[in-house]
Amino acid sequence: MQAISHFDAQFSAAVQLSNVTAGYGKHIVFTDLSLKIVAGQFAGIVGPTACGKSTLLKIILGVHPIVSDQVRLHDNSVSKIKPGTVSYIPQLGSIDWNFPVTVEEVITMGLYANGRVWPWLSKEERKCVHALAERLGVKDCLKHHIINISGGQRQRAFLARALISNPKLLILDEPTSGVDIKTQHEVLHLLSDINREGMTILLTTHDLNAVASHLPWVICFNQGLIAQGRPHDIFTNEILTRTYGGDIVIVKHAGHLLIANSTPLHFMDEL
Amino acid sequence: MEFLLEPFEYEFFRRGLLAALLVGASGGMIGVFVVLRGMSYVGHGLSHAAIGGAVVGFTLNLNFYAGAFAMGLLAILVINKITQNNKIKLDAAIGIVTTAMFALGVAIVSKLRNFKQNFEAALFGNILGITDHDLVVIGLVTATTLITLFFTYRALLFSTFDPEAARVLGIKTESVQFLFSLLLTFSVIASLNVIGVTLVAATLIAPAMTARMLTESFSKMLIYSTLIGSVTGIIGMYLSYIFNVASGTTIVLFSALLFSLSLLKKTYP
Repeated sequence: MQAISHFDAQFSAAVQLSNVTAGYGKHIVFTDLSLKIVAGQFAGIVGPTACGKSTLLKIILGVHPIVSDQVRLHDNSVSKIKPGTVSYIPQLGSIDWNFPVTVEEVITMGLYANGRVWPWLSKEERKCVHALAERLGVKDCLKHHIINISGGQRQRAFLARALISNPKLLILDEPTSGVDIKTQHEVLHLLSDINREGMTILLTTHDLNAVASHLPWVICFNQGLIAQGRPHDIFTNEILTRTYGGDIVIVKHAGHLLIANSTPLHFMDEL
Repeated sequence: MEFLLEPFEYEFFRRGLLAALLVGASGGMIGVFVVLRGMSYVGHGLSHAAIGGAVVGFTLNLNFYAGAFAMGLLAILVINKITQNNKIKLDAAIGIVTTAMFALGVAIVSKLRNFKQNFEAALFGNILGITDHDLVVIGLVTATTLITLFFTYRALLFSTFDPEAARVLGIKTESVQFLFSLLLTFSVIASLNVIGVTLVAATLIAPAMTARMLTESFSKMLIYSTLIGSVTGIIGMYLSYIFNVASGTTIVLFSALLFSLSLLKKTYP
């Protein structure tokens, strides 16, 4: 069962995958995947570990080899899109925090798509970096080393790097992992604000409750598309069991969804 | 003052000093990327492969640099190829490939007695061995390194810090890696006569690590490392003259001293 909404037919596609098969050598991760994400969507991809979410992201980003023209972004083949059209923020856990870069240098990296070769910033570029840093609340720490700022500021610095090329599509790999609940909400609210300005945002996450409370669209994925739609329609016991295996409890309260594993830990019995 | 100016009366010293300054500058520049890309052991291995190549070149009546460059480049290509499948780690690949190439050189040297003196100079560096031809090669390599790093600064920084995001933004990270490997090979080979095979890795790593202790900014680290490399080359060459020991050893010992001081400053500010 696939919960495909009326959205599909009405709006142009930001991402369009047609019969994509992907893998690593002889190991096939998924076969014959077709997926459409409409322009202006704010969608979260959820699924268990090693279900192919990262491979799917890499395919959309154009860094995983596939047969050309099977992946189209804003109606262009992924191999032919203009640099800067798509921005990517990796899992912050993969970043070397001891690397000698300041927040300003991190944001400046995103200007590569401009084509300017001089190592230093032009007046315009500097103005642009400062304006974006101010908007995202990291202007005061531009000269700070990336290890000397908070988790929320780190996310904002990387977000600034991704936004400075003014992309049409922003892709984030697990932006909610490794940060506290306050920072998580802060980041998702910020992404929601950016999305309201028209940017398509696609992220992966393991936090189903964050998706349920902040994201308007969810894609359940496990070596293929299980379902996609609004969280209230998609987060059903049947779909989540198909996605993750095992029983999952879904509590609906005052318009909110709460998702938990149904198998209690043994120590609970002793209480 | 007279004591300081005295060595300048000798042409070999003036030549050696200029060579050490240039080698220190290029090693300092490229060393920043070597350290941050986790390739510290590559410089060490490359110098060994290069000396193997120089010896093979000698037996084939080739120029020293031609043999060293050919073998150095071959080593980089083979290492890149065999580490692509993720089953063989970089350090293991360097250990196998470059040591084998060095062993080939040693085997040939043990058969050719007339190469022994040159071989020792290549192992530890020799201030007397710097010819005009060497100076031209070192000058060209330093200029090439400076110009290339200047024009590829943004791509190199981004692809070193976050290669995956860099690829998404259109940076051809594999080409950048190859270009960087070429520069590193040039830089190591140009340093061989001044520093010597066994010590060249330290001239790549020590200035960069000293600079890292002094700053948290990448651009400043690059500038500091280049300056520290140059100063280390000059003072190391002076010390070599004063104590009458191989230039490579004094340069490396002085750079180790600077690193120790910077580490102390960082640890006990």
